[in-house]
Amino acid sequence: MGTAEFSLWIFLSSILAGLLGSLTGLGGGVVIVPVLTLLFHIDIHYAIGASLVSVIATSSGAAAAYVREGFSNIRIGMFLEIATTLGALLGAYLTTKVTTHSIGIIFGVVLLYSAYASFQTKHPEHGNAAPDALAVRLKMRGTFPAPTGEEAYVAQRVPAGFGLMFTAGTLSGLLGIGSGAVKVLAMDQAMRLPFKVSTTTSNFMIGVTAAASAGIYLSRGYISPGLAMPVMLGVLGGSLTGSKMLVNANVKTLRTVFALVIVALGIEMIFNSITGRL
Amino acid sequence: MQLSDQKLEIAIGRMLQAGVLLAALVVLIGGILYLHASPARPDYAHFHGVSADLRTPTRIVALAAHGDPQALIQLGLLLLIATPIVRVIVAAGGFLLERDHMYFWVSLVVLAVLLYSLWHSQ
Repeated sequence: MGTAEFSLWIFLSSILAGLLGSLTGLGGGVVIVPVLTLLFHIDIHYAIGASLVSVIATSSGAAAAYVREGFSNIRIGMFLEIATTLGALLGAYLTTKVTTHSIGIIFGVVLLYSAYASFQTKHPEHGNAAPDALAVRLKMRGTFPAPTGEEAYVAQRVPAGFGLMFTAGTLSGLLGIGSGAVKVLAMDQAMRLPFKVSTTTSNFMIGVTAAASAGIYLSRGYISPGLAMPVMLGVLGGSLTGSKMLVNANVKTLRTVFALVIVALGIEMIFNSITGRL
Repeated sequence: MQLSDQKLEIAIGRMLQAGVLLAALVVLIGGILYLHASPARPDYAHFHGVSADLRTPTRIVALAAHGDPQALIQLGLLLLIATPIVRVIVAAGGFLLERDHMYFWVSLVVLAVLLYSLWHSQ
């Protein structure tokens, strides 16, 4: 296969990954790495390098649309970015200390978790718990547009959320993904923020988190221009198209199919890592 | 306060979008030049790391100025990496204008971590 043909196949796969990633809310990075390593037999370090830059592109590219909806909380996001960027530095550092096989296994587990998390669509109302003193002091409150008008919220359990965000950052730096699923877990489950606030703020944070490890990836030579070019352009194009498509009717079926694909990729990542074929 | 927060967020959102589009354009131009030169496909199956000239911002800029296609792609990716960093700077400025000193400092801490990572790559 020549370079042009190879680039075209990578480009087309990346468009698909970006499209499905944005339609299902799972993100493009989490699928593109297994596709590059399992299908195209690309070394995982080049794969996570290309994935990381495409994660920055999709997060920043979609931010304008999210912000306009009025759900994302810039203060909560900024405060938690202290945790995610420090975690990302640790994760990027660990990529040289951890074996390729272990990275593959961790990646597989994260894929399985992401598929599981994508089905957790029912979110009980968190109710009005007593405001967390630390959250109030850190101004981690806000309002969001609800069907009944502006609704106020205050964050809960800030230390737990901060700790989970550090983990999310570490996974992002180690695997070259946005780890949106873990970020949403931290805000939605631990800090009891409204679901829409959690998902949009998470998207906002992904770019900053990824930028923290990108410098280290670049200096290590993980970011290969010939590979990152079709991946970044493809994932970005696919996810921007996906965010403009209104396919509410089929999103449930699509999410199920995509989750099954992710489960299959996750199992194959783990299997190939254990048998030393990755 | 809420109103100016909203304005700040919209400004940041637009800035991010512009940064990404500019970065994508540079990557696309570099990509077209790269494929036009019909290079041999690099061996991606084994990790060697890209050439040292494509690893640091200063060398990438120097090489891109000479029109090197791979360096142009890396330059676009550098612009992409810079976008969220500029976002944090804009947010820090916004918090300062809102006289929210606590979050001004929070933004500076995040900025310090990001710059440490880039500086580390030099």
